[in-house]
Amino acid sequence: MADNPTLVNITVNGQQLTAPAGTLLLEACRSAHVEVPSFCYYPGLSLQAACRMCLVEIEKMPKLQTACTVVITEGMVVRTDTEQVHRARKSAIEFILTNHPLDCPVCDAGGECELQDMTFKYGAAESRFTEPKRHREEQQWSPIVYFDRPRCILCYRCVRVCGEGMDVWALGVGNRGVAASIIPNHSDHLQCEECGMCIDICPVGALTSGPYRYKTRPWEMKHVGAICTFCGDGCKTTLGIRNDQIIRGDNRDKSGINGDFLCVKGRYAFDFTQNPERLKQPLVRVDGELRPTTWSFALETVAKRFQRIKSAQGGFGVIGSTRTLNEEDYQLQKFARRVLGTNNIDHHRTADFPALATALAARTNTPGTALPLANSSSLKTAKAILLVGNDPTNQHPLLAWNIRTAYRNHKTRLYVLNSGDIKLRRQAFRMAVIPAGGEAAAIRFLNGEADSVPAELTMVGGPDPKRWPQTPPSVPQKIAEGLQDFRARLRQEQDVIIVFGAEVRGEAVRELVAFGDTLPGNTRYIALADNANSRGAADMGLYPDLLPGYRPVADAGARAHFEQLWGGTIPAEPGLNLPQMLAAAAAGKLDALYIAGANPLRLHPSAAEGLRKAFVVVQDMFLTETARQADVVLPVLCSYEKNGTLTNTCGEVQAQKRGGMFEGAKSDLAIIHELAELMGCGFGPAAEDKIFGEIRANVKGYDLSLVQLLAGRSALAAPLNETVAHRDDPELIQPNNDTLFTAGTLGRYSTTLNSVMERRLQKESK
Amino acid sequence: MSQEVKIISKRFDDPKAATLDGYLASGGFQALEKALTMAPEAIIDEVKKSNLRGRGGAGFPTGMKWSFVPKQSERPKYVLCNADESEPGTCKDRLILQYDPFSLIEGMIIAGKAIDSHQGYVFIRGEYRYLFDIMERAINEAYRAGYLGKNIRGSGLDFDLYAHSGAGAYECGEESALMESLEGKRGIPRLKPPFPAISGLYGGPTVINNMETLATVPHIIVGGGEWYANLGVPKNGGTRLFCLSGHVARPGVYELPLGVPFPRLLEVGGGVANGKKLKAVVPGGSSTPMFTAEEAMGLNMDYDSIAKAGSFLGSGGVVILDENTCMVKFALRIMQFYRHESCGWCVPCREGTNWLHLALGRFHAGGGREGDVDLLREVSENILGRTFCPLGDAAAMPTLSILKRFRQEFLDHLAGKPCSCGVSGRPALATH
Ligand SMILES: Cc1cc2nc3c(=O)[nH]c(=O)nc-3n(C[C@H](O)[C@H](O)[C@H](O)COP(=O)(O)O)c2cc1C
Ligand code: SF4
Ligand code: SF4
Ligand code: SF4
Ligand code: FES
Repeated sequence: MADNPTLVNITVNGQQLTAPAGTLLLEACRSAHVEVPSFCYYPGLSLQAACRMCLVEIEKMPKLQTACTVVITEGMVVRTDTEQVHRARKSAIEFILTNHPLDCPVCDAGGECELQDMTFKYGAAESRFTEPKRHREEQQWSPIVYFDRPRCILCYRCVRVCGEGMDVWALGVGNRGVAASIIPNHSDHLQCEECGMCIDICPVGALTSGPYRYKTRPWEMKHVGAICTFCGDGCKTTLGIRNDQIIRGDNRDKSGINGDFLCVKGRYAFDFTQNPERLKQPLVRVDGELRPTTWSFALETVAKRFQRIKSAQGGFGVIGSTRTLNEEDYQLQKFARRVLGTNNIDHHRTADFPALATALAARTNTPGTALPLANSSSLKTAKAILLVGNDPTNQHPLLAWNIRTAYRNHKTRLYVLNSGDIKLRRQAFRMAVIPAGGEAAAIRFLNGEADSVPAELTMVGGPDPKRWPQTPPSVPQKIAEGLQDFRARLRQEQDVIIVFGAEVRGEAVRELVAFGDTLPGNTRYIALADNANSRGAADMGLYPDLLPGYRPVADAGARAHFEQLWGGTIPAEPGLNLPQMLAAAAAGKLDALYIAGANPLRLHPSAAEGLRKAFVVVQDMFLTETARQADVVLPVLCSYEKNGTLTNTCGEVQAQKRGGMFEGAKSDLAIIHELAELMGCGFGPAAEDKIFGEIRANVKGYDLSLVQLLAGRSALAAPLNETVAHRDDPELIQPNNDTLFTAGTLGRYSTTLNSVMERRLQKESK
Repeated sequence: MSQEVKIISKRFDDPKAATLDGYLASGGFQALEKALTMAPEAIIDEVKKSNLRGRGGAGFPTGMKWSFVPKQSERPKYVLCNADESEPGTCKDRLILQYDPFSLIEGMIIAGKAIDSHQGYVFIRGEYRYLFDIMERAINEAYRAGYLGKNIRGSGLDFDLYAHSGAGAYECGEESALMESLEGKRGIPRLKPPFPAISGLYGGPTVINNMETLATVPHIIVGGGEWYANLGVPKNGGTRLFCLSGHVARPGVYELPLGVPFPRLLEVGGGVANGKKLKAVVPGGSSTPMFTAEEAMGLNMDYDSIAKAGSFLGSGGVVILDENTCMVKFALRIMQFYRHESCGWCVPCREGTNWLHLALGRFHAGGGREGDVDLLREVSENILGRTFCPLGDAAAMPTLSILKRFRQEFLDHLAGKPCSCGVSGRPALATH
């Protein structure tokens, strides 16, 4: 696309319009608020000209033309308001309705159906079709996707969004004429990513979702624009709430950073909130057994014990969460440092943000300028993207969608360096498959001058030996040539966005940034972390050696700043990291472990025994393996039940809005504040906006426009602009390697995700 | 008796012409020898001069179509033969396939030379399975004798040709749907522009012609464009195969010059069968608006004259209807076909043909209601000109012409009067 597209003048209904050359007539009209109705047209998807709803008159053309396919030309004279056009619209509706069942009273889409709206606006008052309608039974295609053929108007949006958008191609069209029908890829069922894109893009109620169908009428819900609590991409999911319960998730107003995109988790996995196993009461261990108790008793038990340990100068450890809100994370580390007096605080790390922050800060000698971080939507228009490690299709569905969009609309050149045969290879301009663990070596090669490719990268029998079947001696040579070509091509690119997964950490991050610096133009970066607020946890200082904003604990100035702010002292020594805390507990060197929204025993099961030696407090929604070892378990609200902010993996800060409610649980924030209060170190009221104000003023990069956040838009936080020393702990980075249908501990509690996986197993074993 | 002018049909009576030897013995491949010495532009000029117009339906000037193909192209160019012949009333291409397959091969190689294409496909209607083998055999023979493949007859020209069988869809005769089908996809038409000459098969510049069109080309090259043009009338060069069917004494395929008066054509077919009176005529396949007997008797059978009279010469399928034909039933039968053949892609055609078919069925069976005749007309009008491809028009146009010209018959049905077929008031034929 040219930066300065030439403008074209047209006349619509006598009104002069100007739009860039190449604009579709329908878009040109809409941009001037001239309504052109449509069904099959969908921005960003291929053109169909099938519904014939958008017909308009164009001077010098004998027939009515489809505004959705005509590209405007200079001097074009168009009419959308003539008798002929009105008749054409009316008749298109009439034709569609001939075989439409008009079962609106029981249809999920009733009240939010484009066909209803169009009939209301453009249709005839009475029906002239008196012949029998075709009936076909509804079909269940998967745990998520149901199909009612009689309601389908064959606009092919579902087919296109699944194919062109999702790159899944699970839907097609079978039969012909009036018998034509949308069909799934496995004769009577779907084998697909279950994203529900097809369902939400359907203008009518032909595709409906298992979790939502026949549950409610849309007008009985209130709609809350929340941020998805699963992966690190931060999609907006509009929650449909009835009686404080979440009934539906979608993004129909397309207002989030994700536009209309959501994956299966963002759309359907909210059902963990209603899981019967959810904790409704605090539990306290009595005689070796966890017993329900009251909130006041539980909190007092914790506060008293903490106080006693503190007085005795005992050791504390604090483990924070990657799904709690920024305000909670910030207060949690404040609680650790200020109230418990310890730097023993950490979280489950899945990306090396400190390494990226240091590497970027080290290279810029212009303090005060924002770091070159890319936001999620910049991927959609990137000229070139380098993806090292990770499998975004599974772990970052939105970013994968954006990369596919870029490829589809802008022919963006994608370079993939991966040890696996990830699905994005289909969009790759160049793909280099390297042995697992070879990422650092590959980056060194990219950044180096040597032409020879290190042998460790050309080992035959990489991830999938089937890929290198014949003539082994020539294969290393081929791989080497491939990598050389990869590097040569990449070096010619400019304005590259470099996206990297957990495989790239520590020194490799610095090497990657050094390489990015050699590329022409403005190189930008995205580090991929797993969970909804992984980035927020890092930015807020859930590190033993880093204060909020990646400011080193060891830095007296940084300490002084927060000490003054919080009124008290912060230990000067960096604390223990997560595995060190577990080890210390096992060695009897930690007296208390406070775990807020984390389940460390999932990845460190052998630490269970050791935990029993300390006083363990766990805040969670469920009795996880860690909670089972606790002395006190405090049931919490989930992200969808709280207000505050979240930071996605790119650094985009977004407001979280309370949708559902859950009787019996408290927010992590409320609990932290109550404990602080009980320990005589009150933090003041647990008001998110006040705390965010403190974050804005004191965490570098978070001085963001409140107005923008409250309006539901995202703001990019670039937290650091000065060189810092931090401890490299690359081995602490442990990605979850989630699939589309898993999400760490949380995913286990979603009935929908489980049913999808069970069904897959059944179908596979058949 | 024969007023036929046998050019394309000259080998139809020669059982050996379907073999390479027989073809060569009857003057085959002389055009190719000549074309091999001609410049591509010269070939196109000759075809332009001949005033040859497409025999597939639209009647587009063939030479002009070829000249739209860009000289330079990154993607390969293609020559396609449309042998999908599915328009009701049309049965001419199959005779070429059966009796003179080499003339098509020869015509396609020449077309290839003219547009600098080295690959062609013959898309043969699925129901012509039995003719497919004849075509394949001819292609194989031509390869063996060096008329196809690399360096044809030592000329340096390369041309590969493949036969491909359709799967039984009328819509796959529409050129862009044909290309989709050939590419292995669902047979639905493509958005135009781009037109095939710019982006056709596999996105390459493509010439697609009807089988008869392509089989005519060798005769033009041998006899010269001017000679051919003079056989017909101005702007309507040469002869064409007329397929006479319906209530005619001797149904069959007859080759006559363009511009032949309709009464002569009828006479060649032996007149209306059983001495009955002529009632109506379909001039160019079931999708063309029909004429009453009076109108038809004053017609000349060339593209422009028929167009002036409000219809199309189309595919040359001329259907003769006698005085006993029930026009309601005829309209119903036509609509049964289009409903069955609509690809279903766009709303007005998919739903409109279904509606018309059901309504006509009910009407013919005696279930007509006040207002039905206008309803049928309005529904047809709502299809006309509003569909994605011309199939919608093909369904609407004949229906509208019948409703207009034979409105009284519909009103008689409604009034319960015995109709010309004598079966008013009860179902006349199964309509599914
Ligand atoms: C619905 C439909 C069916 C068609 N079927 C045929 C066919 O069976 N054979 C044919 O030659 N052309 C058919 N055509 C016309 C082709 O689209 C195309 O115009 C033709 O092949 C061009 O060849 P010509 O220029 O030699 O006539 C059909 C068109 C439509 C709209
Ligand atoms: S749920 Fe998603 S992947 Fe499955 S068919 Fe629908 S769009 Fe395709
Ligand atoms: S199922 Fe819905 S989206 Fe798909 S073609 Fe039918 S109406 Fe359109
Ligand atoms: S008019 Fe529409 S439905 Fe009918 S055949 Fe053409 S594209 Fe298909
Ligand atoms: S919106 Fe243009 S034809 Fe459907």
